Amino acid sequence: MTQDRKIKIIVAKPGLDGHDRGAKLLARIFAEAGMEVVYTGLRQTPEMIVETALQEDADVVGLSSLSGVHMYFFPRVVELLREKGLDDVLVVGGGIIPKDDIPELKKAGVAEIFGPGTPTAEIVEFIKKNVRTRD
Amino acid sequence: MYDDKELERIRAGKENWEKTTLGKALSKFPERKPIFTSISGMPVERLYTPLDTADLDYEKDLGYPGQYPFTRGVQPTMYRGRFWTMRQYAGFGNARESNARYRYLLEQGQTGLSVAFDLPTQAGYDSDHPLSMGEVGKVGVAIDSLDDMKILFDGIPLDQVTTSMTINAPATVLLAMYLAIAEEQGVPFDKVGGTVQNDILKEIICRGQYIFPPKPSMRLTVDLIDYCFKHVPRWNTISISGYHIREAGSTAAQEMAFTIADGIAYVQACVDRGLAVDSFAPRLSFFFNAFTNVLEEVAKFRAGRRVWARIMKERFGAKDPRSMMMRYHVQTGGVTLTAQQPLNNIVRVALQAYAAALGGCQSLHTNSYDEALCLPTQEAVTVALRTQQIVAEESGATDTIDPLAGSYFVEAMTDKIEAEIEEYIRKIDAMGGTLTAIEQGYIQKEIQDSAYRFQKEIESGERVYVGINKYTMEEPEPTNLLKVDMKVGEIEAEKLKKLRAERDQAQWKAALDRLREVSQSDENVMPAVIEAVKARATIGEICDVWRDVFGEYRPKEFV
Amino acid sequence: MRDYAKEVLEGSPRAAARLISWLEDEDPRALEHMERLHAHTGRAYVVGITGSPGAGKSTLTDKFTFALRKQGLTVGIVAVDPSSPFTGGAVLGDRVRMSRLAVDPGVFIRSMATRGFLGGLAKATGEVVKVLDAFGKDVIVIETVGVGQDEVDIIRLADTTCLVLVPGLGDTIQSMKAGVMEIADVFVINKADRPGADQLYAEVTSRVEQDAHIRERAWTPPVVKTVAVDDEGIDDLVEAIRSHRRFLEESGALEERRRRRAREETLQMIHGELFRRIRDRLTADGELEALVEAIAERRESPYRAVQDVLARWLRE
Repeated sequence: MTQDRKIKIIVAKPGLDGHDRGAKLLARIFAEAGMEVVYTGLRQTPEMIVETALQEDADVVGLSSLSGVHMYFFPRVVELLREKGLDDVLVVGGGIIPKDDIPELKKAGVAEIFGPGTPTAEIVEFIKKNVRTRD
Repeated sequence: MYDDKELERIRAGKENWEKTTLGKALSKFPERKPIFTSISGMPVERLYTPLDTADLDYEKDLGYPGQYPFTRGVQPTMYRGRFWTMRQYAGFGNARESNARYRYLLEQGQTGLSVAFDLPTQAGYDSDHPLSMGEVGKVGVAIDSLDDMKILFDGIPLDQVTTSMTINAPATVLLAMYLAIAEEQGVPFDKVGGTVQNDILKEIICRGQYIFPPKPSMRLTVDLIDYCFKHVPRWNTISISGYHIREAGSTAAQEMAFTIADGIAYVQACVDRGLAVDSFAPRLSFFFNAFTNVLEEVAKFRAGRRVWARIMKERFGAKDPRSMMMRYHVQTGGVTLTAQQPLNNIVRVALQAYAAALGGCQSLHTNSYDEALCLPTQEAVTVALRTQQIVAEESGATDTIDPLAGSYFVEAMTDKIEAEIEEYIRKIDAMGGTLTAIEQGYIQKEIQDSAYRFQKEIESGERVYVGINKYTMEEPEPTNLLKVDMKVGEIEAEKLKKLRAERDQAQWKAALDRLREVSQSDENVMPAVIEAVKARATIGEICDVWRDVFGEYRPKEFV
Repeated sequence: MRDYAKEVLEGSPRAAARLISWLEDEDPRALEHMERLHAHTGRAYVVGITGSPGAGKSTLTDKFTFALRKQGLTVGIVAVDPSSPFTGGAVLGDRVRMSRLAVDPGVFIRSMATRGFLGGLAKATGEVVKVLDAFGKDVIVIETVGVGQDEVDIIRLADTTCLVLVPGLGDTIQSMKAGVMEIADVFVINKADRPGADQLYAEVTSRVEQDAHIRERAWTPPVVKTVAVDDEGIDDLVEAIRSHRRFLEESGALEERRRRRAREETLQMIHGELFRRIRDRLTADGELEALVEAIAERRESPYRAVQDVLARWLRE
């Protein structure tokens, strides 16, 4: 009997920001949507996040930042993922992120940015639609 | 407050009203929904009457301002004497820029300073530490050494302002720096006034800026309290904070309950150290949130004051009334602000500030309307300050004391919140106290469950949030957002390099060795920390000594 | 197609991670690679860490791993958490406590959800251990919740099973269901600085001694006190596990355990494969539906049906 393929998602808080209400809430919502959620906790460096994604064979990496460091962390995570050959991993971000920053983040390879107030169902939907098919 | 006959008459009258007038109206116009609840999910009845406050004993439960149990306020004249302290949390970039903003705010009539530190400072890392990458100067000012602190307070005489510092795990270090500057300015320690947050338990519960495990963290907390009691008598040694608990998603009653539970843990730790309760308790202060539901907030503040007074008197045997007063700072609710239609936030903040005033706060920070988008701009900060000035000067809330007392609804709600707080305290006591409840994740789980429930209510549309799930509209891209210069990190790192090369190496090493020795003993660390900062040891170096001696904390996460 | 078996043997974490995913998904593509890895397994020593939720297993795993790393050993960690029976999803939070191991190239951590499999492990946990074994990890730690007698599968995979108990969590000997005490090769009293620790220690020690009197056992489980958050007692734990390992090796019990494991595993694989083949056939031509129909209408009994199906299949 083959198992249903589960979406595996890393939910990570890069940097020193300790506001994890959103990250934890989403971890719970993703699990309710049937995903397997690896929650890393706070104070993650891009290297830690990418190593986790590698070992867990994650389909998605979700990053949350409220302290204004997204322009440094998000592109760096994408860059490191690519270096490790994980170029099919979907990277999404959320938190307090000014709209003017979004085009640059997308150019850097972040698939989507979800600001405060985004319905969680929309985020789940996006992930389900855009997640890689694993060979 | 009414005799039985009177209550009987009212009960009969209410039943009659329900059958006749109300019944008719309901059959024609049904109410908007079957159940009404506060933003915290507390049921709200259609109408409150004396029947709902029948058990209230005025003298025992409410009393008078400045008297036990302080339900009506901690000062005898409240805002008729003077307004609350208007204190805007600010600080960003480097020390020089922040200093300029402080001077601006003081010129605008602000009466106290409030310092926000960047995350590396809060987590005890120097600006050139790998984990500081991208964070330096982001959410507050970057302080590595006494030199930065000197620039921060340049031209600000420390005997004429009071300063509130939002710093927890390394609170001893920042206070040591502040005292070192006072010393240099020739200000004696007993003229220095201000507050450090110094509340490590809520960092572990929900805010995430911890460094060391709970036990050594509590030791540092008590060291600071003990030291200030003896040498810096005007310093508020801890600001026991519910603000972040609420931000993390708790209800109003949970915010108050868990903050009081933390407070009990601190008082117990000081008592265990051998301090007499009335020696330190008068310097304890609190920090709460204010959401938009004005009446619930007012009830929360009143209930909190009453519960705390009773705990201090009955559980800890305090004799000094000042030990029983819950004095607190309020900040309006950061998470209530929306990125959508940000100008609406001005209205939210106004209602929240109004709630804080009606609730009897001692100081207040009003948020800027653009905070869900970015760090606040100067314009938004000014509007925020003006908002509380309008509440103070124009609203009339400041003319009489505790104006909502006696409202059947507010009194009933106050009782209900009080009961909920007491129930939580009982549960936490039964578990073995606050530290155990935190270790087992009980408190964290309760908060997360409330956050989850709230999110579900918003998404189902059951609870309306203007601009989020109702009255939404297409908006132009926001403009005029403040961004921090990414260069701050490099500049700070450069400064550190210079500092490390130029300081007196022998003095620096001796000070850190001494600090290590004291930390491994039972001695109070404060004098050694002051010596270390004067020897130009950086915050990262001092915390590294402690990381080595105390170990580092990794929390259990409860999702 | 990439040669994952070869890449795993060459030390590619990416290949190991993907192969593990296939095993979790029961993707038949994994078989061929596992077959080739088999010759390279059996080298790693497998340690199980189990106990109630909140016993501090992740922290203990973190500190234990750190201690092994200081001795130059490489470590694989398989952290198992339950899937929700309602949604099928899971929150896997064990990594939080192991942040500092995340970028250590000598450590490979994999979180697994049980995916409805009972017994405290995921169905594929045993296979995942083999991948990490072939991948070259010296020690493999399996961390999982185990509170009842239904969650003791870990002893089938682990060479040494550590049962973590904590004072004040209701972890008293009286509350232990039959069978749980017996699984431990090493007892760990974690959070030993808490009130009640000495009492729990005394209880466990006396129980262990009683057992030794009642039944002849070649190994008497040591009871180790730790305060994992403060890094206390970890060396004692390492030593206790090492002496159990020495005992297993010298007494020949390790060989015996592994043989027993191979036997169970082989039988289980036969069971699984036979079941799969029969089910595939029965469902392919609609025979199963017809049988179910007949059984539901009481025209046929399931007992008879089983015999018929098996007889027919075995003849073919």
